[in-house]
Amino acid sequence: MTVVLKVADVRGGYGGADILNGTDLKLDEGEIVVIIGPNGAGKSTLMKAVFGLATIRSGSVSFFDRAITGMRADQVAKLGMSYVPQERNVFASLTVNENLEMGAYLRDDDFGPQIERIYELFPPLRERRRQQAGTLSGGERQMLAMGRALMLDPKLLLLDEPTAALSPRYAAETFERIREINALGITILMVEQNARQALEHADRGVVLVMGENRFEAPGPELLANREVAEMYLGG
Amino acid sequence: MTDLLQLLVFGIVFGSILTLGAIGVSLIFGILRFAHFAHGDMMTVGAYFALVFVVQAGWPIYMALPAAMIGAAVLAILIDQSVYRRLRRTAPVILLISSFGMALLLRAAAQLIWGTDNQVYQPGINVPYVVFDIRIKPDHLVIVGASVILVFAFHLFLKMTRMGKAMRAMSDNVDLARVSGIDSERVVIWTWVIGGALAAAAGVLLALDTRLNPQLGWNVLLPIFAATIVGGIGRVYGAIAGGMFIGIATELSTAVLLPAYKPAVAFTLMVLVLILRPQGLVRGMN
Repeated sequence: MTVVLKVADVRGGYGGADILNGTDLKLDEGEIVVIIGPNGAGKSTLMKAVFGLATIRSGSVSFFDRAITGMRADQVAKLGMSYVPQERNVFASLTVNENLEMGAYLRDDDFGPQIERIYELFPPLRERRRQQAGTLSGGERQMLAMGRALMLDPKLLLLDEPTAALSPRYAAETFERIREINALGITILMVEQNARQALEHADRGVVLVMGENRFEAPGPELLANREVAEMYLGG
Repeated sequence: MTDLLQLLVFGIVFGSILTLGAIGVSLIFGILRFAHFAHGDMMTVGAYFALVFVVQAGWPIYMALPAAMIGAAVLAILIDQSVYRRLRRTAPVILLISSFGMALLLRAAAQLIWGTDNQVYQPGINVPYVVFDIRIKPDHLVIVGASVILVFAFHLFLKMTRMGKAMRAMSDNVDLARVSGIDSERVVIWTWVIGGALAAAAGVLLALDTRLNPQLGWNVLLPIFAATIVGGIGRVYGAIAGGMFIGIATELSTAVLLPAYKPAVAFTLMVLVLILRPQGLVRGMN
């Protein structure tokens, strides 16, 4: 199995006290891995550290065996990794179509067909292509955020709480979409509060507490683990 | 009535000049998050660049204007790369203060090089056209015409080009722009190209309307900031509306107030807008 992402003993945060205290993570090609854990465990920080948006004080991150520790976000994007932040994840004043164009900013070829593919994956976006992204509903906004991230045809997609602001119906739909995206051969790492549902759709779950890995197991196994269930899945 | 219409003409002329300055201030704020205090003096230096081309090279103003714009764009990049770039990782307030220092430096340099006297591009009387008792000078038409062309070109740049869209994207959401792979340093350089060039245009047009001296741009910095804030700072389309609004309002105010109060009128309008509509007069346009 090819290792897509390897995080080894990473410590760091945003310049103050460390939020990550020796975090490890390994993603194999084609996997869906979900990170769960209590608030403040460093789940989002881990993603940001991988993507060059948080400071790594020690430890290493590699992407397809290439060291990317401390690399700038735009350079990480160039290597084939995309990231969807939890909040403010669309350009609100740009139209839907312009948001997708910005997702393809690094592409020099004709990305028209890729935009078509995104509209096929998320049909509601096509009707709203000329509308400002700020006027979209929460669900549509999440679709657009993922669509933007897919414009570069990434090998790895990082999703920070993709269902946080969504109703249960939209959340279920979003998980379906994530599986569809994964079926295209894109490895997925996501952080989720909606842990139970996310684990059902994941190959593997990682429990992060205080910036350290506490448990790691296939999704169903974590769901069945009593300790994890009691502490992190709400009983 | 004729008086008011006459003042309206002056207001549109002044407003077109303010608009060019305000777009730059708003754009720089949108991308770099600081109020650029050296903008007025960048206008002044740009206006002197044009003077060099007119007097030394004997060029007509319509050739000197684009040349001065290019010169000011290069100057803006140099200032950014040598001074502002080093301070970008610190707090925005440090950039603001350093731009204040840059303003003094540019003004002092202009005084040293070109002297403190009033100068004009072309001596002689600009004979006005008289339409229904309203006097419109040929220079007024040049000012408004040049401003409309430049604003329209800038609009096309923002809406049609990859860099223009990246600029709007970065002004909207810096982090997401980085995540999308947008090279923020390149966007910053283009921001200075446009901010500097439009400042030079504003300076040349203002010098055409009044007289060129080292205080030229500094004297209108306050109305330009007022225009920027009235339009909603960081929103370049708002800056266009804000520029026209402040320009027309300050000129119309001279019907009842002494012209010396013009900056006070601009300032009062700015404060009123901040109190009543802090998001700016134009909503939802970035």
